[in-house]
Amino acid sequence: MAIEGSANMIGYGLAAIGPGVGIGLIFAAYINGVARQPEAQGRLQTIAILGFALAEALAIIGIALAFVL
Amino acid sequence: MSLVATLIPRGEEFTPPGPGDFNLPPIGPDKTFVFLGETMYLGVTKPIIMLVLSAVLIFVFFRAAAAKGAMVPGRLQFVGEQAYTSVRNGLGRDVIGSHDFQRFVPYLFTLFFFILLNNFFGSLPFIQFPTFSRSGMVYSLALLSWVIYNAAGIRAKGGLLKYLKHQCVPQGVPVAMLPLLIPLEFMSNILVRPVTLALRLFANMLAGHILLILFALGGEYLLVHGALAVKPVGVVAWLLFIAISFLELLVQFLQAYVFTLLNAMYISGALSDEH
Repeated sequence: MAIEGSANMIGYGLAAIGPGVGIGLIFAAYINGVARQPEAQGRLQTIAILGFALAEALAIIGIALAFVL
Repeated sequence: MSLVATLIPRGEEFTPPGPGDFNLPPIGPDKTFVFLGETMYLGVTKPIIMLVLSAVLIFVFFRAAAAKGAMVPGRLQFVGEQAYTSVRNGLGRDVIGSHDFQRFVPYLFTLFFFILLNNFFGSLPFIQFPTFSRSGMVYSLALLSWVIYNAAGIRAKGGLLKYLKHQCVPQGVPVAMLPLLIPLEFMSNILVRPVTLALRLFANMLAGHILLILFALGGEYLLVHGALAVKPVGVVAWLLFIAISFLELLVQFLQAYVFTLLNAMYISGALSDEH
Protein backbone atom coordinates (compact mmCIF):
# COMPACT_ATOMS: atom_id res chain seq x y z
CA MET A 1 0.00 0.00 0.00
CA ALA A 2 1.54 3.29 -1.05
CA ILE A 3 0.61 6.47 0.83
CA GLU A 4 0.81 9.65 -1.19
CA GLY A 5 1.24 13.17 -0.04
CA SER A 6 3.60 14.79 2.38
CA ALA A 7 4.61 13.42 5.73
CA ASN A 8 4.08 16.87 7.23
CA MET A 9 0.69 16.06 8.63
CA ILE A 10 1.87 12.79 10.14
CA GLY A 11 4.68 14.74 11.79
CA TYR A 12 2.23 17.30 13.10
CA GLY A 13 -0.03 14.58 14.47
CA LEU A 14 2.86 13.06 16.39
CA ALA A 15 4.04 16.45 17.57
CA ALA A 16 0.64 17.36 18.96
CA ILE A 17 0.63 14.52 21.49
CA GLY A 18 3.00 16.30 23.88
CA PRO A 19 1.24 19.66 24.08
CA GLY A 20 -2.12 17.89 24.33
CA VAL A 21 -1.02 15.98 27.42
CA GLY A 22 0.70 19.05 28.84
CA ILE A 23 -2.35 21.28 28.52
CA GLY A 24 -4.50 18.56 30.08
CA LEU A 25 -2.15 18.43 33.06
CA ILE A 26 -2.13 22.21 33.45
CA PHE A 27 -5.87 22.53 33.49
CA ALA A 28 -6.24 19.49 35.75
CA ALA A 29 -4.04 21.28 38.28
CA TYR A 30 -6.07 24.47 37.84
CA ILE A 31 -9.38 22.68 38.40
CA ASN A 32 -7.97 20.92 41.46
CA GLY A 33 -6.70 24.19 42.88
CA VAL A 34 -10.00 25.99 42.38
CA ALA A 35 -11.91 23.02 43.81
CA ARG A 36 -9.86 23.09 46.99
CA GLN A 37 -9.98 26.86 47.39
CA PRO A 38 -12.50 28.73 45.24
CA GLU A 39 -11.25 32.14 46.42
CA ALA A 40 -7.98 31.55 44.59
CA GLN A 41 -9.62 31.42 41.18
CA GLY A 42 -8.42 34.84 40.05
CA ARG A 43 -4.79 34.22 41.00
CA LEU A 44 -4.76 30.72 39.54
CA GLN A 45 -6.44 31.73 36.30
CA THR A 46 -3.56 33.98 35.29
CA ILE A 47 -1.06 31.20 35.88
CA ALA A 48 -3.26 28.67 34.06
CA ILE A 49 -3.59 30.89 30.98
CA LEU A 50 0.15 31.53 30.98
CA GLY A 51 0.93 27.81 31.20
CA PHE A 52 -1.59 27.06 28.48
CA ALA A 53 -0.03 29.57 26.11
CA LEU A 54 3.48 28.26 26.71
CA ALA A 55 2.46 24.64 26.10
CA GLU A 56 0.30 25.56 23.11
CA ALA A 57 3.21 27.40 21.48
CA LEU A 58 4.89 24.11 20.65
CA ALA A 59 1.76 22.71 19.00
CA ILE A 60 1.30 25.91 17.02
CA ILE A 61 4.91 25.88 15.84
CA GLY A 62 4.21 22.29 14.73
CA ILE A 63 1.23 23.13 12.57
CA ALA A 64 2.85 26.25 11.16
CA LEU A 65 5.93 24.31 10.08
CA ALA A 66 3.72 21.52 8.69
CA PHE A 67 2.31 24.02 6.23
CA VAL A 68 5.49 25.94 5.57
CA LEU A 69 7.98 23.16 4.97
CA MET B 1 -25.19 4.81 -11.12
CA SER B 2 -22.82 2.42 -9.39
CA LEU B 3 -21.53 3.31 -5.96
CA VAL B 4 -17.93 3.37 -7.09
CA ALA B 5 -18.62 6.00 -9.73
CA THR B 6 -20.00 8.35 -7.11
CA LEU B 7 -16.73 8.25 -5.21
CA ILE B 8 -14.16 8.72 -7.97
CA PRO B 9 -12.86 12.27 -7.97
CA ARG B 10 -12.67 14.28 -11.12
CA GLY B 11 -11.50 17.72 -12.09
CA GLU B 12 -8.23 19.49 -11.46
CA GLU B 13 -5.95 19.06 -8.47
CA PHE B 14 -6.46 20.87 -5.18
CA THR B 15 -3.64 23.24 -4.29
CA PRO B 16 -3.43 23.63 -0.51
CA PRO B 17 -2.87 27.08 0.91
CA GLY B 18 0.56 28.03 2.11
CA PRO B 19 2.54 30.96 3.41
CA GLY B 20 2.86 32.30 -0.15
CA ASP B 21 -0.78 33.35 0.07
CA PHE B 22 0.20 35.93 2.65
CA ASN B 23 2.29 38.01 0.23
CA LEU B 24 -0.30 40.62 -0.61
CA PRO B 25 0.06 42.74 -3.74
CA PRO B 26 1.06 46.37 -3.30
CA ILE B 27 -1.49 49.15 -3.55
CA GLY B 28 -0.25 52.02 -5.60
CA PRO B 29 2.04 52.41 -8.59
CA ASP B 30 3.17 49.09 -9.96
CA LYS B 31 6.86 49.93 -10.02
CA THR B 32 9.80 48.53 -8.15
CA PHE B 33 13.11 50.00 -7.19
CA VAL B 34 16.33 48.48 -5.98
CA PHE B 35 17.53 49.37 -2.47
CA LEU B 36 20.62 47.74 -0.95
CA GLY B 37 20.40 44.95 -3.47
CA GLU B 38 16.73 44.09 -2.81
CA THR B 39 13.83 44.95 -5.09
CA MET B 40 11.23 46.93 -3.18
CA TYR B 41 7.70 47.92 -4.12
CA LEU B 42 6.86 51.56 -4.63
CA GLY B 43 3.32 51.25 -3.27
CA VAL B 44 2.25 50.27 0.24
CA THR B 45 0.83 46.87 1.05
CA LYS B 46 -2.35 46.14 2.96
CA PRO B 47 -0.67 45.18 6.28
CA ILE B 48 1.06 48.57 6.47
CA ILE B 49 -2.22 50.38 5.98
CA MET B 50 -3.79 48.15 8.64
CA LEU B 51 -1.02 48.94 11.14
CA VAL B 52 -1.52 52.66 10.71
CA LEU B 53 -5.31 52.25 10.77
CA SER B 54 -5.18 50.30 14.02
CA ALA B 55 -3.00 52.92 15.69
CA VAL B 56 -5.35 55.69 14.58
CA LEU B 57 -8.44 53.77 15.73
CA ILE B 58 -7.03 53.05 19.19
CA PHE B 59 -5.96 56.65 19.64
CA VAL B 60 -9.33 57.99 18.55
CA PHE B 61 -11.22 55.59 20.81
CA PHE B 62 -9.29 56.31 23.98
CA ARG B 63 -9.11 60.02 23.26
CA ALA B 64 -12.89 60.11 22.91
CA ALA B 65 -13.30 58.04 26.07
CA ALA B 66 -11.07 60.34 28.12
CA ALA B 67 -12.42 63.58 26.65
CA LYS B 68 -15.07 64.45 29.23
CA GLY B 69 -13.34 63.32 32.39
CA ALA B 70 -16.54 63.43 34.44
CA MET B 71 -16.64 62.22 38.04
CA VAL B 72 -19.62 60.00 37.23
CA PRO B 73 -18.57 58.38 33.97
CA GLY B 74 -20.84 58.00 30.99
CA ARG B 75 -20.85 54.81 28.95
CA LEU B 76 -17.89 55.49 26.70
CA GLN B 77 -15.76 56.77 29.55
CA PHE B 78 -16.69 53.72 31.61
CA VAL B 79 -15.61 51.33 28.89
CA GLY B 80 -12.35 53.19 28.40
CA GLU B 81 -11.67 53.24 32.15
CA GLN B 82 -12.43 49.53 32.52
CA ALA B 83 -10.12 48.69 29.65
CA TYR B 84 -7.31 50.80 31.08
CA THR B 85 -7.62 49.62 34.67
CA SER B 86 -7.84 45.97 33.70
CA VAL B 87 -4.42 46.23 32.04
CA ARG B 88 -2.98 48.50 34.71
CA ASN B 89 -4.05 46.35 37.65
CA GLY B 90 -4.23 42.85 36.26
CA LEU B 91 -1.10 43.00 34.13
CA GLY B 92 0.88 45.84 35.66
CA ARG B 93 0.40 45.94 39.39
CA ASP B 94 -0.23 42.26 40.03
CA VAL B 95 2.70 41.02 37.96
CA ILE B 96 5.38 43.70 38.29
CA GLY B 97 4.55 44.65 41.86
CA SER B 98 3.04 47.80 43.32
CA HIS B 99 6.39 49.49 43.83
CA ASP B 100 7.57 50.38 40.35
CA PHE B 101 4.94 49.22 37.90
CA GLN B 102 3.76 52.66 36.90
CA ARG B 103 6.67 53.33 34.57
CA PHE B 104 5.73 50.36 32.43
CA VAL B 105 1.96 50.70 32.29
CA PRO B 106 1.94 52.91 29.15
CA TYR B 107 4.00 50.34 27.27
CA LEU B 108 1.92 47.36 28.42
CA PHE B 109 -1.36 49.14 27.74
CA THR B 110 -0.32 50.22 24.25
CA LEU B 111 1.09 46.79 23.46
CA PHE B 112 -2.03 44.95 24.59
CA PHE B 113 -4.51 47.01 22.62
CA PHE B 114 -2.29 47.29 19.55
CA ILE B 115 -1.85 43.53 19.32
CA LEU B 116 -5.51 42.92 20.16
CA LEU B 117 -6.87 45.15 17.42
CA ASN B 118 -4.41 43.89 14.85
CA ASN B 119 -5.29 40.30 15.71
CA PHE B 120 -8.99 41.03 15.47
CA PHE B 121 -8.42 42.40 11.97
CA GLY B 122 -8.10 38.75 11.01
CA SER B 123 -11.75 38.21 11.80
CA LEU B 124 -13.31 41.51 10.76
CA PRO B 125 -15.22 41.36 7.46
CA PHE B 126 -13.67 43.18 4.49
CA ILE B 127 -10.27 43.16 6.17
CA GLN B 128 -9.75 39.53 7.22
CA PHE B 129 -5.98 39.56 7.41
CA PRO B 130 -4.23 39.33 10.78
CA THR B 131 -1.41 41.82 10.55
CA PHE B 132 0.89 39.72 12.68
CA SER B 133 0.91 36.87 10.22
CA ARG B 134 3.74 38.83 8.59
CA SER B 135 6.75 37.93 10.68
CA GLY B 136 8.68 41.17 10.25
CA MET B 137 6.15 43.11 12.27
CA VAL B 138 6.19 40.63 15.12
CA TYR B 139 9.95 40.49 15.40
CA SER B 140 10.16 44.26 15.65
CA LEU B 141 7.71 44.19 18.57
CA ALA B 142 9.77 41.45 20.22
CA LEU B 143 12.94 43.48 19.70
CA LEU B 144 11.36 46.47 21.41
CA SER B 145 10.25 44.29 24.32
CA TRP B 146 13.74 42.83 24.61
CA VAL B 147 15.33 46.28 24.71
CA ILE B 148 12.86 47.45 27.35
CA TYR B 149 13.20 44.58 29.79
CA ASN B 150 16.96 44.48 29.49
CA ALA B 151 17.30 48.25 29.90
CA ALA B 152 14.98 48.21 32.92
CA GLY B 153 17.01 45.43 34.50
CA ILE B 154 20.36 47.08 33.81
CA ARG B 155 19.17 50.33 35.32
CA ALA B 156 17.67 48.61 38.36
CA LYS B 157 20.69 46.46 39.10
CA GLY B 158 23.18 49.22 38.37
CA GLY B 159 25.40 47.84 35.67
CA LEU B 160 25.55 45.30 32.87
CA LEU B 161 27.61 42.75 34.78
CA LYS B 162 25.39 42.80 37.86
CA TYR B 163 22.32 42.41 35.68
CA LEU B 164 23.83 39.46 33.83
CA LYS B 165 24.75 37.87 37.15
CA HIS B 166 21.16 38.32 38.30
CA GLN B 167 19.77 36.71 35.17
CA CYS B 168 22.23 33.91 34.56
CA VAL B 169 23.33 32.71 37.99
CA PRO B 170 20.54 31.04 39.95
CA GLN B 171 20.87 30.96 43.70
CA GLY B 172 21.35 27.89 45.82
CA VAL B 173 23.21 25.94 43.17
CA PRO B 174 26.41 23.97 43.91
CA VAL B 175 29.44 25.64 42.34
CA ALA B 176 30.34 22.57 40.27
CA MET B 177 27.19 22.94 38.17
CA LEU B 178 27.66 26.62 37.41
CA PRO B 179 29.72 26.20 34.18
CA LEU B 180 26.85 24.13 32.85
CA LEU B 181 24.07 26.37 34.04
CA ILE B 182 25.39 29.82 33.17
CA PRO B 183 25.47 29.41 29.34
CA LEU B 184 22.09 27.67 29.51
CA GLU B 185 20.50 30.45 31.52
CA PHE B 186 22.12 33.11 29.34
CA MET B 187 20.77 31.54 26.20
CA SER B 188 17.37 30.91 27.65
CA ASN B 189 16.85 34.26 29.38
CA ILE B 190 18.56 36.69 27.05
CA LEU B 191 18.93 35.16 23.61
CA VAL B 192 15.93 32.92 23.13
CA ARG B 193 13.22 34.91 24.91
CA PRO B 194 12.49 37.46 22.15
CA VAL B 195 12.46 34.66 19.57
CA THR B 196 9.89 32.58 21.42
CA LEU B 197 7.84 35.66 22.23
CA ALA B 198 7.63 36.62 18.58
CA LEU B 199 7.32 33.08 17.26
CA ARG B 200 4.36 32.30 19.50
CA LEU B 201 2.32 35.26 18.25
CA PHE B 202 3.41 34.92 14.63
CA ALA B 203 2.86 31.16 14.37
CA ASN B 204 -0.54 31.39 16.06
CA MET B 205 -1.75 34.04 13.64
CA LEU B 206 -0.25 32.34 10.58
CA ALA B 207 -1.45 28.83 11.41
CA GLY B 208 -4.93 29.98 12.41
CA HIS B 209 -5.42 31.92 9.22
CA ILE B 210 -4.04 29.09 7.04
CA LEU B 211 -6.49 26.74 8.75
CA LEU B 212 -9.38 29.05 7.94
CA ILE B 213 -8.27 29.39 4.31
CA LEU B 214 -7.91 25.60 4.10
CA PHE B 215 -11.44 24.98 5.31
CA ALA B 216 -12.92 27.58 2.99
CA LEU B 217 -11.01 26.53 -0.13
CA GLY B 218 -11.33 22.83 0.66
CA GLY B 219 -15.08 23.10 1.10
CA GLU B 220 -15.40 24.96 -2.18
CA TYR B 221 -13.26 22.39 -3.99
CA LEU B 222 -15.27 19.48 -2.59
CA LEU B 223 -18.57 21.08 -3.46
CA VAL B 224 -17.67 22.07 -7.00
CA HIS B 225 -15.18 19.46 -8.15
CA GLY B 226 -15.96 16.51 -5.91
CA ALA B 227 -17.80 13.37 -6.90
CA LEU B 228 -21.49 13.18 -6.02
CA ALA B 229 -21.20 11.27 -2.76
CA VAL B 230 -18.41 13.57 -1.60
CA LYS B 231 -20.24 16.88 -2.01
CA PRO B 232 -21.88 16.90 1.47
CA VAL B 233 -18.39 16.82 2.97
CA GLY B 234 -17.89 20.27 1.46
CA VAL B 235 -20.86 21.56 3.43
CA VAL B 236 -19.43 20.00 6.59
CA ALA B 237 -16.14 21.73 5.82
CA TRP B 238 -17.94 25.06 5.70
CA LEU B 239 -19.74 24.40 8.98
CA LEU B 240 -16.40 23.61 10.59
CA PHE B 241 -15.05 26.80 9.06
CA ILE B 242 -17.66 28.74 11.05
CA ALA B 243 -16.83 26.83 14.23
CA ILE B 244 -13.10 27.40 13.86
CA SER B 245 -13.69 31.10 13.24
CA PHE B 246 -15.05 31.35 16.75
CA LEU B 247 -12.01 29.49 18.04
CA GLU B 248 -9.84 31.95 16.14
CA LEU B 249 -11.51 34.87 17.93
CA LEU B 250 -10.60 33.29 21.26
CA VAL B 251 -7.04 32.57 20.14
CA GLN B 252 -6.58 36.13 18.91
CA PHE B 253 -7.60 37.59 22.25
CA LEU B 254 -5.55 35.04 24.18
CA GLN B 255 -2.37 35.67 22.18
CA ALA B 256 -2.56 39.39 22.78
CA TYR B 257 -3.10 38.77 26.50
CA VAL B 258 -0.25 36.27 26.74
CA PHE B 259 2.21 38.51 24.86
CA THR B 260 1.54 41.36 27.26
CA LEU B 261 1.56 39.06 30.30
CA LEU B 262 4.91 37.57 29.32
CA ASN B 263 6.32 41.04 28.77
CA ALA B 264 5.20 42.03 32.26
CA MET B 265 6.73 38.86 33.71
CA TYR B 266 10.06 39.44 31.96
CA ILE B 267 10.15 43.02 33.24
CA SER B 268 9.26 41.81 36.72
CA GLY B 269 11.94 39.12 36.54
CA ALA B 270 14.54 41.67 35.50
CA LEU B 271 13.61 44.03 38.32
CA SER B 272 13.08 41.56 41.13
CA ASP B 273 15.25 41.60 44.21
CA GLU B 274 15.16 38.01 45.28
CA HIS B 275 15.22 34.92 43.11
